Amino acid sequence: MLKIRVIGVLVVKDGIVVQSINFKRYLPVGKPSIAVEYLNRWGIDEIALLDISATPEQRAPDHTKIREYSKYCQVPLAVGGGIRSLADIDNVIRSGADKVIINSAAIETPSLITEGAKHYGVQCIVVSIDARRVESRGYKVFTHSGKRATDYAPMEFARIAEAHGAGEILLTSIDRDGSKQGHDVGLIREVAGAVNIPVIACGGVGYPKHLLEGIHAGATAVAAANFFHYTEHSIIVAKRYLKSAGAPVRLDTYATYDGFAFDENERAAKVGDAILEKLRFEYLPEEVI
Amino acid sequence: MILIVNYGMGNIGSVSNALDYLGGKHFISNDPNDLGKADAYILPGVGAFAKAMQNLRELRLVNELSRQVLEKRKPFLGICLGMQLLAKDSFEMGYATGLGWIDGHVCEIEPSDGLRVPHVGWNGVMFKPDTQLFQRLDEGCHFYFDHSFHLQCPRDLVVATCEYGGDLVAALQMDHIFATQFHPEKSQRNGLKLLRNFLNFVAAV
Repeated sequence: MLKIRVIGVLVVKDGIVVQSINFKRYLPVGKPSIAVEYLNRWGIDEIALLDISATPEQRAPDHTKIREYSKYCQVPLAVGGGIRSLADIDNVIRSGADKVIINSAAIETPSLITEGAKHYGVQCIVVSIDARRVESRGYKVFTHSGKRATDYAPMEFARIAEAHGAGEILLTSIDRDGSKQGHDVGLIREVAGAVNIPVIACGGVGYPKHLLEGIHAGATAVAAANFFHYTEHSIIVAKRYLKSAGAPVRLDTYATYDGFAFDENERAAKVGDAILEKLRFEYLPEEVI
Repeated sequence: MILIVNYGMGNIGSVSNALDYLGGKHFISNDPNDLGKADAYILPGVGAFAKAMQNLRELRLVNELSRQVLEKRKPFLGICLGMQLLAKDSFEMGYATGLGWIDGHVCEIEPSDGLRVPHVGWNGVMFKPDTQLFQRLDEGCHFYFDHSFHLQCPRDLVVATCEYGGDLVAALQMDHIFATQFHPEKSQRNGLKLLRNFLNFVAAV
């Protein structure tokens, strides 16, 4: 059975991973290569790396950096930011990425999606849609890291992307970005209902239950950025929650948190001294591959 | 020494990273003259079928690769598109002929109730017991899939399947020729174990 993917998003600005709030404020988190490594070790299903300074600075994706980030990435790596041509796609894939994420260029020249799919197959092209609710006009698609408005409604553009050969949609709610208020389920329902390709929901996850809400709204995969940075083992804990709620997830890590108590926000509760004392004498050697 | 065939398609970087992690000696090349120097081959794949075959032909790799693998019986691992290319033909974006090493055809996955295409994500794999590639792995273990077309081939070649609106071929073996529909280089520990099993096979030949 196919499992629900839990995807970690790394928003990179000027070479460092940042916490993004409403696409406006950015707080530094750390080095991308280290973030990739820990997401990988904690059992993430996929990593999406978005270089948000590339398009506004009108530069191509930095392939030497991508080569560095992908070195220890043993899960699929999707890379976005600044991809405007087939040559850019080529460069990114050659540097260790498995998929490309196209945002602004997909809207300006949808034929790029078709060209990319023809070379690299439909499954390689992820079209990213950043949407925000505009007064009285419903949701609208934005480009250039949320700075430029377009006339497209998200479901309308999702259909165009699918028709041009996109393999997946990465749907981000700008309003919910960094808000910890949960996914914009109305937006997810609209877009997931409009297309037949997988839809990845992103933006607003603050607690594991938000991931479940995204899945229930029709998302094929759920993504979060900030949520995974600030709590240790956040991925394992989130997956444990999804599993206990009946969602099919892959939980292949050593730590499973079976038998642990959790508080109302699904954070692991403090463990008694007796248990910690016992752990001191348990040595789990890492399996040699 | 393993040769990763660089035919302008595929996530060469990812496969190379995974082999580096395992300490597997390898080199990357697209020169037909280099094929003879290798003991085994990995044909990675992220791409469209027709374009891939066109590139293989233009680089004059088809005949030499077939000779090394089929006549000299050097071990071979095809990944994703690299598996589909073994088939006789494919219906991806039109019609195209493949390497034709196995009696198989590549068809589109039919979207059905609640199943989206491409088939992308981690799926459990059921495999035949005692197969080379799946040693030290558990039944139903997870691998990463990402494809919208699938291979149809004789059942006796299939060593593993996964469930997505019906059984799909997940891996096949024909003597020293191995192939997987999923991406072992992107399937964390399970994938690395599978690659180790392939490396062990190569070392034992």
